[in-house]
Amino acid sequence: MNVANESVARHAPPGAHGQAHGPAQKQYIIGFALAILLTVIPFALVMSHTVAGTPLVIAGFAVAQILVHVVYFLHVDTSEEKRWNLMALLYTGVMVFIVIGGSLWIMHHLYVNMVPHAMHGQVWK
Amino acid sequence: MSSDPTVLHRGSLVLKPGYADHAGDALRDLRESGDAVDFQLDHHHDVASTIQLGFWIYLMSDCLLFSGLFATYALLSSHTAGGPAGSQLFNLPDVLTETMFLLFSSFTCGLATLAMNADRRNATVGWLAVTFLLGLGFIGMEVREFAHMVAIGAGPDRSAFLSSFFTLVATHGLHVTCGLIFMAVMMVAVLKKGLTPTNRARLVNLSLFWHFLDIIWVGVFSLVYLFGVAH
Amino acid sequence: MFGKLTLSAIPYTNPIIMGAVAFMVICVVAILAVITYLGKWKYLWTEWLTSVDHKKIGIMYLILAGVMLLRGFADAIMMRAQQALSYGSNMGYLPPGHFDQIFSAHGTIMIFFMAMPFIIGLMNCILPLQIGARDVAFPLMNNLSLWLTVSGAVLVNVSLAVGNFSRAGWLGFAPLSELHYSPGVGVDYWIWALQISGIGTTLTGVNFIATILKMRAPGMKLMRMPVFAWASLCTNILIVAAFPLLTVTLALLTMDRYLGMHFFTNSLGGDPMMYINLIWIWGHPEVYILILPLFGVYSEVVPTFSGKRLFGYTSMVYATMAIALLSLIVWLHHFFTMGNGAGVNAFFGITTMIIAVPTGVKIFNWLLTMYRGRVRLETPMLWTIGFLITFTIGGMSGVLLAEPPADFVLHNSLFLVAHFHNVIIGGVVFGIFAGISYWAPKIFGFRLNERLGRAAFWCWFIGFYVAFMPLYALGLMGATRRMDHYDVAAWHPLFIVAAVGAAIIFAGIILQVVQVVVSIRQRELTRDLTGDPWNGRTLEWSLPSPAPAYNFARIPVVRDRDAFWDMKQRGVDLKSSTFVPIHMPRNKAAGFLIGGCAFVLAFAMIWHIWWLAIAALAGVIVTLIRHAFDDDRDYHLGAEEVRRVEGLHGRVEARS
Repeated sequence: MNVANESVARHAPPGAHGQAHGPAQKQYIIGFALAILLTVIPFALVMSHTVAGTPLVIAGFAVAQILVHVVYFLHVDTSEEKRWNLMALLYTGVMVFIVIGGSLWIMHHLYVNMVPHAMHGQVWK
Repeated sequence: MSSDPTVLHRGSLVLKPGYADHAGDALRDLRESGDAVDFQLDHHHDVASTIQLGFWIYLMSDCLLFSGLFATYALLSSHTAGGPAGSQLFNLPDVLTETMFLLFSSFTCGLATLAMNADRRNATVGWLAVTFLLGLGFIGMEVREFAHMVAIGAGPDRSAFLSSFFTLVATHGLHVTCGLIFMAVMMVAVLKKGLTPTNRARLVNLSLFWHFLDIIWVGVFSLVYLFGVAH
Repeated sequence: MFGKLTLSAIPYTNPIIMGAVAFMVICVVAILAVITYLGKWKYLWTEWLTSVDHKKIGIMYLILAGVMLLRGFADAIMMRAQQALSYGSNMGYLPPGHFDQIFSAHGTIMIFFMAMPFIIGLMNCILPLQIGARDVAFPLMNNLSLWLTVSGAVLVNVSLAVGNFSRAGWLGFAPLSELHYSPGVGVDYWIWALQISGIGTTLTGVNFIATILKMRAPGMKLMRMPVFAWASLCTNILIVAAFPLLTVTLALLTMDRYLGMHFFTNSLGGDPMMYINLIWIWGHPEVYILILPLFGVYSEVVPTFSGKRLFGYTSMVYATMAIALLSLIVWLHHFFTMGNGAGVNAFFGITTMIIAVPTGVKIFNWLLTMYRGRVRLETPMLWTIGFLITFTIGGMSGVLLAEPPADFVLHNSLFLVAHFHNVIIGGVVFGIFAGISYWAPKIFGFRLNERLGRAAFWCWFIGFYVAFMPLYALGLMGATRRMDHYDVAAWHPLFIVAAVGAAIIFAGIILQVVQVVVSIRQRELTRDLTGDPWNGRTLEWSLPSPAPAYNFARIPVVRDRDAFWDMKQRGVDLKSSTFVPIHMPRNKAAGFLIGGCAFVLAFAMIWHIWWLAIAALAGVIVTLIRHAFDDDRDYHLGAEEVRRVEGLHGRVEARS
C-alpha cells in the first residue's frame, strides 16, 4: 500500500467531510474578486496615463495582490499546522528582498562610481 | 501486509519495564511538561504533511530562482542598446487578457480542489480541463507575443533588455507549461484510478504550484509590463 | 549528426592528458571487470545503485567524494609542480592553456564534487539516525540527488578525454566565460556539470529540511537536537536559498552562449558585473554550506572525546543560525575592488567581520568543552584540534581580507589563495576526516586503523603549513594567483617549499588510502559489536553498527539533549521483546535513469547534438510520468524479520 494512500485516507484535506466546503468556496470567490480588482485598477491607471509616481502605485497593488493570493489561494495562515510554511514564506520574503534589493543597491553604486552616464542608458551601446 | 497505524506506533518505546512501560505514559509525561509541540504520534498524518511541506520548500526555492531573474531584469531593463524599449513593444490590452486567463485558471483550479474535497471525480477532472484550456490560452498568447517581437527584429539577442525580458517571461511560461503537463497527467490519473489518496495529495501540490505561478505572474506584469509602459 | 563532436576532440597529441585518460580508463575497466568476475552486477544494481536507503546513498556519496578528492588533488600537485619549476627561463611542463584548465578543474572538483558529496554523504549516513528517524522524508528523491551529482562529476572527468575543460576559473567569471573569449566546449562542460549537480543539491536541501522538521523522534524538540542536526538544518536552508541563484546565473550564461543573448557580454547592453554579483550571492553562502556541517561534526566529536556535555549548547545553536543569516549579506566582499564606493564596501566589510563573532563563540565553546574534560586523543579528536588551530589562523586572515583597503592590496594574490585553503582545508577537509573516522564504525561496522589515521593526520597537518604558509608570504610579496610562470627570483624558493608541502600532504593521502585498505582487510579486529565504540552521546550510537535497514526497530522517545547519554544514565535497556512490522520504501530505478538521461542531455548540449538532447529530455519526462503511475512503492517489513535482524545484534529479550 502506498504511503500517501494511507495518509490521506485517514486525514482527508479540510472540507472532505462537507462541513468546510462552504467557507472554502467563499474564500476562493473573495480571493478571485480581489485579485481581479487589484489587477484591473493598476492596468487602468497605466493605460489611461493618470497617476503621478506610478511605479510606487503599481508596486503597492502588486504587493497587495500577492498577499491576496497567499492568503486566499495558498491558504497560508498562522495555525500550528502551517507554522513551517509561514516561516519558510517569511524567510523567502527576506531572501527575495536581499537578492533584488542588494543587487540593485550594489549595481547602482557601481554605475554611479564607474560609469556615471550609464544611469541615463546612454553608454550602453 | 497492512497493519493498523496505531499498533505501529503504540509501544514504540525503548524503556525498561517498570520505568514507563509503554509509549503512552512516557508521551503523556512529555506532554505534561509542555513538550507536545514538535512531535505527533500519528505517523500517517505526518507523511501527508511532510510531502506538502517538501513541495512548499521547493516552491520557495523556485521563488528565489525567479528573484534572480527579476533582479537581472530590473537592472538590465534600461540597457536597450539603441534597440526598442518596453514602452514601444508592450501591448497592455493583450497582457491584461493573458492575466485574466491566468486569474480565471487559478479560480477554476481552486474549484477543482473544492470538487476533489467533495469527492466529485468528474467535476474535478472537468474543472482541471477548464484550467488546462485557460493555461493553454495563456501560453498561446505568450508564444504569439514572442513570435511577433522576433519578427519585428526585437528578439532576445537584440539587447540586454530584450534578453532579460524574454528569459524572465519565458521562464514563467516554461513553468506554466510544466504545470500543464502535470495537469494532463493528473487528469489521466484521476480518470484511471479515481480520487485515490495519492492523487489527492498530488492535486493539492498541483494547485499550490498553479497558484504560485499566478503570484510570479503578478510580479511579471507589474514589473515588466506596467512599469515598462508607465516609464 | 554528432554536432561539434569529431574524433579530433580527443587530445591525442598531449601525452599528459592521454596518460591521465589511459589511467582513468584502466581503472574503470578494472572495476567493471572485477564486478563481472565476482558476478555482482545484479547485487550492485538491486542493493546499491537503485537503493533508497539513506545509509547506502550516503556511502555512495562518500565513495564519489573520495575518488574526486584524488582527482582534484592530482590537479593540485600538478599546479604546485608547475609553479616550483616555471621560473625564469624554465617554462615548466604545462602550457598556459592546460594550466588554466587544471586550476579551473581543481576548484570546481574540490568544491562541487569533493567537499559537497562528503558533507551530503555524512548527512545522509548520520542525520536520520541522530534524530531518531527511519529514513529521510523523500527516499527516492535522495537517490535522484545522488545520481544527478554523479552525472556532474562524470561530465567533469569526461571533459578530460573528450574536448577540454573550462579555462575560466572555478566560477567562470564573465565575460571571460562568454562565447567570444571562450569559444570551445570547456565552459559548456563546466556549466552543465554544475547545473546538473546543483539541481541535485537543491533537491537534497528540500529533502533534509523536510526530514529534520517533520521526522524527529517523539520528544526531540528542536532545542534537543544534536548540534550536527542543527548545523545540517541551517546548511540545507542555505542550500535551498542559495542554489537557485547558481541555477539562474548558469542559465543566463547558457542563454548568452547558446542563444546569443546579452546578459553578461561586453556588447549590446550586457553587464559582466551582474554575473559577478549574482554568482557570489550563491558563492558566499556556499562556503558556509560547506563549513557549517563540519562545525556540527566538531560539536559531536569534542563532547564525546572529552566525556562531557557540549559547553554552551544554546549559544552554539544561535551562533550557527547567526552565521547562516549573516552569510547571506556578505557576498560583496568577494569583489570589493569592483568599484562600489565606500558606503557599500563598508557595509559588506562590517557584516563580514561580524561573522567572526559567532564563529569565535563556537571556538570558545569547543575549547571550554575540552577544559577539565577527560580528553581522549583519538584520530577524530586529533583532526578537531588540528582544525581549532588551523581554522583560527585562517579566520584571522579572513578578517584581514574583510577590510576593503587591505583587500585592494591583497585581492587576487596568493594571500587570498592561502586564506581560503586555510579555512577550507583546516575547517572543511579536517572536519570531513574527523567525521569519517568518528562515524566509520557506525557507517561501515568497523573502526578505521588508528595508527595509519594518526600518521595521515600529521602528514596533512604539517603538510598544510608547509604548503600554504609560503603562499601568505608570496601574496604579500605580490605574487598573483593562477600564474603559470614568473620571473621574480625571491619567489622561487617559497614556491619550492610549497611544493614540498604538497608532497607531504600527498603522503598523507597515500596513508589514508592505505588506511582504508588495511581497515577493510583487518575489519574483524576492529569490528564494532556494541554499537557504541566511543561511549557516544547521541542517538546514532544506540543502534547496532552498521544500522539495520530500518534504523530503529522501535522509535525512541527523547527526554534530554544527548539523548543516548541520557538513556544510558537512566539505564534504559536497548533490548526489546515485541516487534511490529515496519513500513519501508522500495528500491527504484527512476533516480538512476533520470540521472543517466541528465548526463546524456548535458553531453548532447555541450556538443550541440540537438536530436540526442531532445531524446534525453524526453527520457527524463517519460521516466517521471511512468514513475507517477507506479503504485508499488513500499512494503512492510514483517515483525519476524525485524526480530531476526535485531537478534543478530543481540537485541532481543527472551521474554515474550
